[in-house]
Amino acid sequence: MNKSILLLSLGFCAAVQLAAADITGAINFKGAAPAEKELTPIKDDPTCAALYPNGLPKTKFYVVGANGELADVVVSLKGISGKSTGASAAPAMLDQKGALYVPQIVAIQTGQKLTVKNSDQLVHNVHTTPTANPESNQVQMGGGPDLTYTFDKPEMFLKFKCDVHPWMFAWVSVFDHPYFAVSGADGKFTIKNVPPGKYTLEAAHRKLGTQTAEIEVKDDGAAQNFTFETK
Amino acid sequence: MNNQYKPALFWFAGLNAVATFLLIGLGGLVTSHEAGMSVPDWPTSYGYNMFALPIKFWTGGAFFEHTHRLLASVVGLLTTILALWLWLKDSRRWLHWLGIAAFLLVVAQGILGGLRVRLHLDWLGVPHGAVAQAFLVLTSALALFTSSWWMATETEKEIPVPRGLRRHVLSVTILIFAQLLIAATMRHQHAGLAIADFPLAQGKIWPATSPEAIASYNAHRVEINGEKPITAFQVNLQMIHRLVAYAIFLGVAAAAMRARKKLGGGDGLTQLAYGWLGLLALQILLGAATIWSNKAADVATGHVMAGALALLAGALWWLAAERRTRAAT
Repeated sequence: MNKSILLLSLGFCAAVQLAAADITGAINFKGAAPAEKELTPIKDDPTCAALYPNGLPKTKFYVVGANGELADVVVSLKGISGKSTGASAAPAMLDQKGALYVPQIVAIQTGQKLTVKNSDQLVHNVHTTPTANPESNQVQMGGGPDLTYTFDKPEMFLKFKCDVHPWMFAWVSVFDHPYFAVSGADGKFTIKNVPPGKYTLEAAHRKLGTQTAEIEVKDDGAAQNFTFETK
Repeated sequence: MNNQYKPALFWFAGLNAVATFLLIGLGGLVTSHEAGMSVPDWPTSYGYNMFALPIKFWTGGAFFEHTHRLLASVVGLLTTILALWLWLKDSRRWLHWLGIAAFLLVVAQGILGGLRVRLHLDWLGVPHGAVAQAFLVLTSALALFTSSWWMATETEKEIPVPRGLRRHVLSVTILIFAQLLIAATMRHQHAGLAIADFPLAQGKIWPATSPEAIASYNAHRVEINGEKPITAFQVNLQMIHRLVAYAIFLGVAAAAMRARKKLGGGDGLTQLAYGWLGLLALQILLGAATIWSNKAADVATGHVMAGALALLAGALWWLAAERRTRAAT
C-alpha cells in the first residue's frame, strides 16, 4: 500500500514537472534614454581613481542595446506567495569590483543565500536599506571573507550601498516564489518551469516603473514582450 | 572669583565656538557626501579605538565621517573644560549653568550621532543637525558673555534698542531656525535634488506633484549619490524651503532698514544688520548654486555653513541688543 502511494506521488510530481513550461519574452525601450552621468566622485578618491586610468565609469540606469533592447528589467509572476524554494536554491552572488557593485540588478527568493564578495583591495561597507526586511550595515575589508545575506520578506529593489564609496549601488528584488527573471543585455528573459495556468506577469524597471500583462501558460509555455518608454 | 573680563576665558570660549562652526561644516560634508553610515560601528571605528584608527582607512566617505567624529571629540573636550572654567572662575551663577547646559548638550549631541549610526535611523540626522545649530548659538553666546564688550556694558551707558526692532530680529532668527529644520529634513531624505532647476521648478512657477508627474521626474533624473526615488512630499518641501528663504531675506532687509532708521547708519548693530543681509544674499546664491551644480558636495556644504552663520548673526544681534537696552535703563 505504502509503495503504491509513493509511486503515485512520484508519478504526480513527475507529471507536474513535465507539464511545467517556460515564459519567454523580450523587453524593449522606445525613445531617448536620459544621458548617464560619469561617476565623478571617484576622482576625489585617489585609490579608486587609479582603477580607472582611461576614463571614469558611468551610472547604469538605462542599459539599452543598439536596437532598443532593455536590460535589468525584473520580470515576475504576481499574486503567488509561500512558494519559495530559496532554502535549497544555489546562493546568488553580488561582487564589489572596481568600487562598483556587479551586477547592479539581482533577483533572489526569500530564504535564498546571497553571497556578497569584495574583490577589491579596498574597505567597503555593505549597507542594506530595505523597506520590508531589517536594515544592516557591515564593514568588509579588502579581500576579506564573504558576507552572506538572506531575506525573509518579499521586496522589490532592496538597495545595497557603500557609504565609503557613495556611488556604489545594487538593487536586489526578493520573491517568495521561484518564478522570476532579469532581462539580459539582449533584452530577453526566461522564467523557467511555470505550471500551466493563467497569471499576471509583471515587468519592473527601477526608473521606468512597472507594466503588467495577463498571460496563460500552456504546455508549450507562453511568450510576452514589454515595451517601456520615458514620458 | 570676580566678574572682571578674563581674556584667556574669552578666547577659549571663542575657540570653542569656531571649532563648533567647523564641526558643522564637517558634518555638512558627511551628509553631502552621503557618508554618514560609512563607518558602521560607534564609538569604535571599524572595530578600532576611534583615536587609533589606522590612516589607511581614512578614505572616501570614511574620511569625512571619521574626521567628523574626531573633531566632535575635540569640541566635547573644549566644552567640558569651558564649563569647568566658568564654574570655577566666573562669578555669574547663570553662566555656570549655561556652561553645564553646553556640556550636557554636547554629550547629548554625541549620543544622538552615535545612535543615528547604530540604529540605522536616517531621521535622527534631523535632530542631530538641529542640535548642532542650537549648540553653535550657545557656544557663541558663551563667548559673547565672556567678552570685554559684554563686561563693559555692565558699567557704560548704551543707546537702547526699540522693543519692536528687537522682536523683529528675534522673529526672523526663529524663522531661520525653522528654515534650518526644513533644510535638515530635506538633506536627511538622502534623495538628491527633489527639484533640479532654479529659479523655476521643473520648468514651472510651482511644479506638478501628481503621481504621473513624480514618476516622470524619477524616470528622467540621473543621480550619482543618494539615489532614491523622489516623492511629492520632497518636491513640496523644497518649494516651502524656497518660499521661506525669500521671506527671511525680506525680514532681514526690513530689520536692516529699521536699524538704520532707529539707531543710525553708523551704529554697530546697524552695521551688523547690513552684514546679516549680505550673508542672506550669499546664502540664496549658494542655494541656487547647490541646484545648478547638481548638489555638489562642497557647494551644498557651503550652503549649510552660511545658514549656520545666518542663524548665529540673528541670535548674537538680538542678545547684544537686549544687553545694550538693559544697560541703558
